[in-house]
Amino acid sequence: MSESDALPPHLVLSSPQRVLRQQQEFTSLEEKPQFPGASADFVDKLDFIQPNVISGIPIYRVMDRQGQIINPDEDPQLAQEQVLSLQTHDPLPQTIAGSVPSTRGKGRPPWCFPHVEPAPPWPEMTGYRGRQPEPSLQFTRLPQPPWCPLIPIRSPCYSRAEPHNRAQRQSPAHLAGRGEGGSGPISPAPCTNPSPATLPAAVGAAYAFKRDNASRAVICYFGEGAASEGDAHAGFNFAATLECPILFFCRNNGYAISTPTSEQYRGDGIAARGPGYGIMSIRVDGNDVLAVYNATREARRRAIAENQPFLIEAMTYRIGHHSTSDDSSAYRSVDEVNYWDKQDHPISRLRHHMVGRGWWDEEQEKSWRKKSRKRVMEAFEQAERKLKPSPQHLFSDVYCEMPSHLQKQQEALARHLRLYGEHYPLEHFEK
Amino acid sequence: MPGSCSPLRFPYPLLHLHPPPSALFHSLPSPLLHFPHPPFHHFPHPPYTAPLRLNNVSVAGQTQKMNLFQSITSALDNTLSRDPTAVIFGEDVAFGGVFRCTVGLRDKYGKDRVFNTPLCEQGIVGFGIGVAVTGATAIAEIQFADYIFPAFDQIVNEAAKYRYRSGDLFNCGSLTIRAPWGCVGHGGLYHSQSPEAFFAHCPGIKVVIPRSPLQAKGLLLSCIEDKNPCIFFEPKILYRAAVEQVPVEPYYIPLSQAEVLQEGSDVTLVAWGTQVHVIREVATMAQEKLGVSCEVIDLKTILPWDTEAVCKVNRMLENHFSPHVSGSLSPLLASIGPWNLVGIIFVCVIFLCHSMVTVLSNYRWVKTFVTWLIC
Repeated sequence: MSESDALPPHLVLSSPQRVLRQQQEFTSLEEKPQFPGASADFVDKLDFIQPNVISGIPIYRVMDRQGQIINPDEDPQLAQEQVLSLQTHDPLPQTIAGSVPSTRGKGRPPWCFPHVEPAPPWPEMTGYRGRQPEPSLQFTRLPQPPWCPLIPIRSPCYSRAEPHNRAQRQSPAHLAGRGEGGSGPISPAPCTNPSPATLPAAVGAAYAFKRDNASRAVICYFGEGAASEGDAHAGFNFAATLECPILFFCRNNGYAISTPTSEQYRGDGIAARGPGYGIMSIRVDGNDVLAVYNATREARRRAIAENQPFLIEAMTYRIGHHSTSDDSSAYRSVDEVNYWDKQDHPISRLRHHMVGRGWWDEEQEKSWRKKSRKRVMEAFEQAERKLKPSPQHLFSDVYCEMPSHLQKQQEALARHLRLYGEHYPLEHFEK
Repeated sequence: MPGSCSPLRFPYPLLHLHPPPSALFHSLPSPLLHFPHPPFHHFPHPPYTAPLRLNNVSVAGQTQKMNLFQSITSALDNTLSRDPTAVIFGEDVAFGGVFRCTVGLRDKYGKDRVFNTPLCEQGIVGFGIGVAVTGATAIAEIQFADYIFPAFDQIVNEAAKYRYRSGDLFNCGSLTIRAPWGCVGHGGLYHSQSPEAFFAHCPGIKVVIPRSPLQAKGLLLSCIEDKNPCIFFEPKILYRAAVEQVPVEPYYIPLSQAEVLQEGSDVTLVAWGTQVHVIREVATMAQEKLGVSCEVIDLKTILPWDTEAVCKVNRMLENHFSPHVSGSLSPLLASIGPWNLVGIIFVCVIFLCHSMVTVLSNYRWVKTFVTWLIC
């Protein structure tokens, strides 16, 4: 009991004796770091951690550019019909992409993303094994054609009404659907422009699934450019600390519009960030559908079993322009694009693989191309013939119910159109 | 009524300054070790406590004396007990929250339902949207309304537009965002803000601000049940200052309905949150000193606001392309909400009727009148 104990605590000075006494009480245990913020040993030499960007995280692949399985242990042994479904789904978006730009200027879709993006193939994410598919939820900014039947694909492009979605209000290629007729197993949450705003939302959905014991995972797609947003940081960190069953699927295609990755980041891509958040991470060849499949399947299995997030970075190349509003020759060479289009393309690689297995030949290829082009053009023509949704849908769904001030606005427009309707293209809209 | 009545000639004794200015000038540094901190009442306007009636119906059932933070806890408690999907999350909510609004809930309902998030507002709101998209009830807390801006994109571009942009295939209607709001006497720049006008321009969300514990619980429960994303601002100066009898069981106060606290024939005073108690005093003063009869209205819901209650004195003509609400209320909010660094944030919407035009020539006069009064 010293005299200083009588003083209020903030006036007690640390006397030399007091400090000394504390030091004598040190035990050997306290030679280990006791900081709450990290679990680590002391080091007595000054040494900054150097990033490893020269030899980065390796890129997992299953088949080479000729479609040959490299390591038989890694062959997912998919049945013929499953691989066939991948093959027959994949050219669809390409066909669509090929058709859209060529039809612009004829009153066809005003805007589109004209390129194929790697995505985990259909059988995997639905858990489809020839039985009842189990539902998953995907958050994405772009349509995932293998999962989306043509109806929801074509309608947003034309802003046409559909039975499952009475008002297509977003710009083209922004899908929202629940599979066929709005009730299928796949739920692409609505695409959104501000990227990657869906990322923390995907984490919240995964948390809710976990509490539900739903045995469901969420997958969230984003590009390497979007990964620079604050929302990406938020999503990764929340997913790890709140232990959510989610797959972060990053398509690293080398460009965000005109910005090359060298101006996007200086670390080892996106995959190298995962461990910093405590997230299991892998980098795969995005043009190898079997590598993407394997990584996604395993990540999904473990995410659900262990309630933890996984990060998959699919390395690929953006063959097409960023969008129909972009001419990419302004910032990259045509030769560069041609290499990826001709030498290393996900569709041709899978085709090589199937031909090697005797599952596909020139004849089938020809007939499939013809058939898919016919399907796409038919869908386009149907969509063009459809009327646009009724103008009254401008006002619905702002809120669940319609507040009185919106009702008044809706009535005002109706009155206005009764008086001045001839100045508006009313014939293209449902009554 | 003298038309030349100037605010500068307004009688001084009505200023309730604690301590009085003289005390500030004459208090010399004391030789004691501690710096003198005289008791300082930041909010000199006694909160108006309503008789136990809601929508002109007396409230039945057991009631309990609660301050505002306790009534918030009570609403959250009711929700968690009745809705197994409901979760509460945000910065520091697990130990009870920095304002004690979530005390005891984690122990009662489990750590998977009341939990801390990383310190990241855009993450908190984005995460809440995702929870709500699956149909579960998400109650997010932003620690101070001042720190809601990092989540502005998630609120305005995502939450508000989710149902509309997906053609009602998806929605985040079961999301509620709570945040302490308004001045607190010593909050400085970032613990005093009233950002409701920023959100009043955003179709798709609801913005609600209560004036008392009884109002807070009923309005918060309505926000949580509402099928639209709601922002619920809690006047932090009233967390402990306002105390009244509050029903223990859940009850609802409808959104988008203003409340006339006092009938009047000459002028309509509209406010929300803490400011309601100020304009009630102003109404009394106006009656006593000027013989002016004021109608006092608590707006309660900022968006979508109760146009009928407020506009019955003076009809307004709408003629513009922007959303109706942004077009009428918000410019007023934006133009007459002076930000006073002393911590007084005053917003008051005034509609005049012809008999008062000579005395109160415009709302600025009344604004000056009241601001001067409470500074």
